[in-house]
Amino acid sequence: MSTVATAPVRTEPATRAYPPGHEPVHHYLLEPGPGPDVRGFARVWPTIKAWATTVDHKRIGVMYLFTVSLFFAVAGIAALGVRAELMNPGSDFLTADQYNRLFTFHGVVMVFLFIVPSIPASLGNFALPIQLGAKDVAFPKLNLASYYIFLAGASIALYAIFTGGIDTGWTFYTPYSDTTNTAVLPMTLAVFVAGFASILTGINFIVTIHKMRAPGLTWNRLPLFIWALYAVSIVQILATPVIGITMLLLAMERFLNIGIFDPALGGDPVLFQHFFWFYSHPAVYIMILPAFGVISELMGVFSRQKVFGYRAIALSSVAIAMLGFFVWGHHMFVSGQSPLSSIVFSVITFLIGVPSGIKVLNWVATMYKGSVWLATPMLYALAFLFLFTIGGLTGIMVGAIGVDIHLHDTYFIVAHFHYVMMGGTVFAMIGGLFYWWPKMFGKMMSERWGRISAVVAFFGFNMTFFTQFVLGSQGMPRRYFTYLDQYHDLHMVSTVGSWFLGLGLLMVLGNMIWSLFRGKPAPGNPWGAATLEWTHTTSPPDHHNFHRTPLVTHGPYDYDALFAGDGSGDGTGGDGSAGRVPGMPAPVPNPEQGGPQEMHKSVDLGLAQPKSKHD
Amino acid sequence: MAVHPTSVTVDDPHAGSHGHAHAADHPPHLKHYFVSSEQQFDAAKLGMWLFLVTEILLFGGMFVAYGIYRAMYPELFVEASSQLDTIMGAVNTAVLLASSLTVAWSIRAIQMNNKKLCFWLLVTTVALAGMFMVVKYFEYTHKFELGIYPGANMVYAEGTEFTLPGLGDANIAAGEHGGAAAHDTPAVDDPGRVDQAVVEVHGLGSHGLHNQRAGLFFSIYYVMTGIHGLHVLIGMVAITILAVKTWRGKYSDAWYTPIENVGLYWHVVDVIWIFLFPLMYLIS
Repeated sequence: MSTVATAPVRTEPATRAYPPGHEPVHHYLLEPGPGPDVRGFARVWPTIKAWATTVDHKRIGVMYLFTVSLFFAVAGIAALGVRAELMNPGSDFLTADQYNRLFTFHGVVMVFLFIVPSIPASLGNFALPIQLGAKDVAFPKLNLASYYIFLAGASIALYAIFTGGIDTGWTFYTPYSDTTNTAVLPMTLAVFVAGFASILTGINFIVTIHKMRAPGLTWNRLPLFIWALYAVSIVQILATPVIGITMLLLAMERFLNIGIFDPALGGDPVLFQHFFWFYSHPAVYIMILPAFGVISELMGVFSRQKVFGYRAIALSSVAIAMLGFFVWGHHMFVSGQSPLSSIVFSVITFLIGVPSGIKVLNWVATMYKGSVWLATPMLYALAFLFLFTIGGLTGIMVGAIGVDIHLHDTYFIVAHFHYVMMGGTVFAMIGGLFYWWPKMFGKMMSERWGRISAVVAFFGFNMTFFTQFVLGSQGMPRRYFTYLDQYHDLHMVSTVGSWFLGLGLLMVLGNMIWSLFRGKPAPGNPWGAATLEWTHTTSPPDHHNFHRTPLVTHGPYDYDALFAGDGSGDGTGGDGSAGRVPGMPAPVPNPEQGGPQEMHKSVDLGLAQPKSKHD
Repeated sequence: MAVHPTSVTVDDPHAGSHGHAHAADHPPHLKHYFVSSEQQFDAAKLGMWLFLVTEILLFGGMFVAYGIYRAMYPELFVEASSQLDTIMGAVNTAVLLASSLTVAWSIRAIQMNNKKLCFWLLVTTVALAGMFMVVKYFEYTHKFELGIYPGANMVYAEGTEFTLPGLGDANIAAGEHGGAAAHDTPAVDDPGRVDQAVVEVHGLGSHGLHNQRAGLFFSIYYVMTGIHGLHVLIGMVAITILAVKTWRGKYSDAWYTPIENVGLYWHVVDVIWIFLFPLMYLIS
């Protein structure tokens, strides 16, 4: 198959861009597909049963999106509660015990029920097969099963929370977790079960990426989001079983007194920490690597530029995934492990800074001389860049043994991992959400409120967590429900900042709901992106994504080829002066009103409408 | 057309029909989202291998725990291991190896389209797996009779519950450590002296165990063999389903992916036992 026929695309006139008979078909499903989803993904609310039994990766992604968003909201409210309690020293409205349960609740739900599944399971499930040019993931039923396994795990976790909660912190450290009277047993079971969902998603993604790429989609043409998900899936498969067995051993410890972590019976509680962090440090990369993928997409699309150092970004994801397995000991500098192991872990931790730095530099270089379009997704991407850089650099700081011993278990650590996990992952997730939302639901979100939310959330975030760097370096310990008066002012600032952050996120939620009911219909390719989900499907895509299997002839960010490189603005706004940024195309007629024939006329690649605004 | 495409579309055999046009070249087992049977088979096999990697890692955690505690308490492991029945372990090893052979043979049989032979080989595999579980049952019950339980529940002599200083029954129930010394064990504050104190009280014990950490070895033994046994049970269910489907003629030389994949799983169950057997039973 002549999959690499690149030359004709550049030289042929625009009207003959597609070989005769191979024009992309852009209309809604004309004929029923198989299975319960006969009316296609486009019909968003057919029946509850059709959703609950769907094996369509797009619907599963959307179900995951709403589920994890719910957990994010719940855990976020818990975070506001924690911050509110900390506004003043002493007990405001929580006792010390209630405070312990509340911050553990916040941590467990955020980590295991939101951040770990967030981007891969929602945006990944939705976008990955379409970006690959596949009709679905390799194992659609397993995909649905993993969603229900995740729900089961989440239900057990909620059961644990409503039967008294758990006060160990999200790390479940022995020997305390072995002796506390709170609901450790159901919570460990919940983590075990939710871990299965993570493993199954990882297997599904790897097999799909390996076996179901469209013809012509070589490894060097994979969108960087796919590369990131590939690296994440490797980590999910290799790390999650270890937390599984750790949780199982902890459960047996409580249930049967097996003594593996109990020093009184000859066991070693630090072994638990080793097991736990052997999963949980790589899990940090499960949380952040998909975010890297989203940001790479956004940087390419909104800079209208080939992503600088494509291969370096792709392979640095894999390098981070691999190195991530060898650094868990930096969580245990003060646990009494040997100085030699501390030094080794410290050095390997520094090494991870290299691929992370490569990525940041490449993103910045992508923007350099690009036509940066400050749409909402890009604003979130820029916020990510700023916040992740701070989070990453402070990570190097606490990776140094001497500094870490000073800062261990202070608010500096809290600020550091919130900068990475919240400022990194969550901001990237929201950016990705704004980016893929039109594709998911066929509706545009409000651009103005999107931008305002980005600014408010960014401001609130820094107000909340930057003060915590200062608090931590002054010696404020983490996990305490009260503190000395000298920390009062900064805690106050941090708490007020958390309200701004909450307000910004509330705006995002409002924007989502507003767009579902009032948003403008989205064209096929509102951002002028070059990956398959934008160029070859409608918004939202049909049940089977593509009417014909795409044949890929270019890289995912090959805008030079995409826009013919003549500088006339063809396809970029149409007026010659528009630069490379496409204007917003006219809305697509609603399929309910217009027939498929009209659709076919009005929708091309969604880039043709003249509108020169490209702020 | 304002834009050059980054890609064009090509026709595939199922294009536009959404996999509904099941022509002669479209066998019923082929899912609509795969292009060919080969792609479907390769995907299923890769998926199974990845799943088996996670299984190895699950057991890997336990092997790490085993390694650490064996390094910490070498004599204990030798001594406690003497309580395991090597004959029964050896029989089980032979049984599992035989079942691995039959399951591999069943794949070969279905490749040759010999459905009857495949069915009987799968049945034999289930029977051998059942035999493994029966032997396991006798091993476990015998241990329980001797009072050999995991961890703190370990009983050292008839009627004498082994308790550690500061770990009385009431305290275990309350989930708290620390407190009064229990039963007839003298109160010992220094954990380093526990060994000595217990030896003085219990002597050699009723069945040759005098190491007060023996419960730790049996914890690892029960956890590892228990989870392995659970895998054997899951495998038995899976192979039974395969046998029924083979009887009904669902598989043929054209499509036998489930048999191949369950076979892979079964080999891993076998391999894990091959590591468990010497590590648990043959230490001396």
